[in-house]
Amino acid sequence: MRFQFRGTRGSLSAPGPYTVKYGGNTTCIEVRSDADDLIILDAGTGIRELGIELSQNMPVKCHLFVSHTHWDHIQGVPFFIPIFVPGNELTIYGPPDPLTMTGIEAVLAKQMEYPHFPVRVAELQADIHYETLSDGQTVDLGFATVSTILMNHPAMDFGCKVECDGKTLFFTGDHEPFYNIYDPGDEDYNDYEKIVRERNQGIVDFIHGVDVFIADSQYTEEEYETKQGWGHSTFERTLSLAKEAGVGKVYLTHHETTRTDDHVDEIHARLKEEWKDSGVDFDMAREGEVIQL
Amino acid sequence: MSLGIVVLLFRFSGAGGPKTISCLPQPHVELMQDVKKKLMSAVEKMPAFPKSVHQVLKLASDINCSQKDLVEVIKNDPVFTLKILRLVNSAYFGLSREITSINHASVYLGLNTLKNVALGLAAVGAIPKRSVAGLDMGAFWLHSLGVAAATRMLGEILGVSRDEAADYFAAGLLHDVGKVVFALYLPDEYKQASEQASEPGVSLYEVELQVIGATHADIGAMLAEKWNLPVDLHDAIARHHTAQEGEPSQLVDCVFAANQISKKLAFGSAGDFEVEPLPQSIQDRFSLDMDGLIAEMPTLDQEVEHARVFIKLGEAQ
Repeated sequence: MRFQFRGTRGSLSAPGPYTVKYGGNTTCIEVRSDADDLIILDAGTGIRELGIELSQNMPVKCHLFVSHTHWDHIQGVPFFIPIFVPGNELTIYGPPDPLTMTGIEAVLAKQMEYPHFPVRVAELQADIHYETLSDGQTVDLGFATVSTILMNHPAMDFGCKVECDGKTLFFTGDHEPFYNIYDPGDEDYNDYEKIVRERNQGIVDFIHGVDVFIADSQYTEEEYETKQGWGHSTFERTLSLAKEAGVGKVYLTHHETTRTDDHVDEIHARLKEEWKDSGVDFDMAREGEVIQL
Repeated sequence: MSLGIVVLLFRFSGAGGPKTISCLPQPHVELMQDVKKKLMSAVEKMPAFPKSVHQVLKLASDINCSQKDLVEVIKNDPVFTLKILRLVNSAYFGLSREITSINHASVYLGLNTLKNVALGLAAVGAIPKRSVAGLDMGAFWLHSLGVAAATRMLGEILGVSRDEAADYFAAGLLHDVGKVVFALYLPDEYKQASEQASEPGVSLYEVELQVIGATHADIGAMLAEKWNLPVDLHDAIARHHTAQEGEPSQLVDCVFAANQISKKLAFGSAGDFEVEPLPQSIQDRFSLDMDGLIAEMPTLDQEVEHARVFIKLGEAQ
């Protein structure tokens, strides 16, 4: 198995001279089996270039897993060339919208409605299938399996564990560690704490021992102080989780929109120093980087 | 069958608590003693109006809403709690384990999803699964939503504040609540009345008066009294067909006009096909006639469509 970061930016794409090294495109990860079967994790703006490359060698067959349907994770879909070409086969997996009680197909169709985009879903020429995911589901693709776990984000977000060619990779989508909304001393504190711990432990268990852990680490601890409840983790919390779960290599991603390359480097250097004896192997996710397992 | 209580998208204006109702629900006739008894007995069967709904709506409109506050409000209302648990355990959420408490739901879903679920459920109470005695619930709700959205838009045209606009919406949504009481607890008479009203040229509230001895506005007002709804809202329910009687009221005029507009644009069904002209005093208030007002509300369709989601949510198993 190998994978390539096609987009690493969080919340909104951020092109420009200060984001050249780590990239300005929003989340997209291309995952390949040794036989070149294709899984795409999230369809942020980074999927556009992947689409251009794929269109050189059609027909394309691929499986797109959408962790959640916030803009930065789906915005590239209408610009993913293979969906316009007959003969290509695409399966899109993703969470439902529990409020409108519709599946992933309805959510994605919305962004291509008349006021937002000139081409409607009905006009797409590729053979597109949709599958709405649920918590704890395992999708067997033949060449790989993809299992889901519900994460913590202000939308339904499924973290995905890909098992392929004897290797495992887990991607959080967007995720903030669960936390207690009560203060110690409140009547419900203990009850809530118990559930929070169960949920956090559930994630530790789910990702235990994966070879690669790609995780939302949008904030520094300092930034997080004013961003609790926004649905994103910090560098430090991600590394702690990685340590607890005994994962292989960690890639910190979903770089804060306003974060410059220099700032990412600075944080990286600091973390390398602070975590040098931790045994956790980590790196900043960099757009374009290919990692062979 | 779960009871048809109604719509709860509503914020209490002013201080809560019981209020003296100055306008008793007898706009047309002194009700005969036995008719009144019958109506009272029907109204008594309607469940109480949950106060938590108000609190949820208030919290949900605050971008900095505290998750703890929201969870506390929901927890203190067993009906709300049950509905939320029923919804989050439904197939729509597809969770891998059963959610057994609001704390549990809160950890699993997070503030934003919980807030939106609560907001949706606050909008609509338990709706009968099927239509009852002459009342097609789908059509009834669509009409009510149309009137709600239109009442709010008319209020906005007249410059009401954002907070007041929510009251206008609630008044529109609840204006026909009396029909639900009739359909549930005086089903035979109401069925007869609605059958007669399906003929062109016949208005439902006039037929109700003949068949039952009171209109849905009358019994709706009695329910409003039981629920201790604010005077303005009570008044809007009681007078939505008789806006010209009593003290002039901007809210009553808006509900009256919105009701006719919703009927003219055929949002759902109001039980008859009679669109009444707007009285001159209402036209003067807006300096527009009905067509002029409709032209001022180009996004009405969209607003109604958006609000329909709440109905769907309320029906979720």
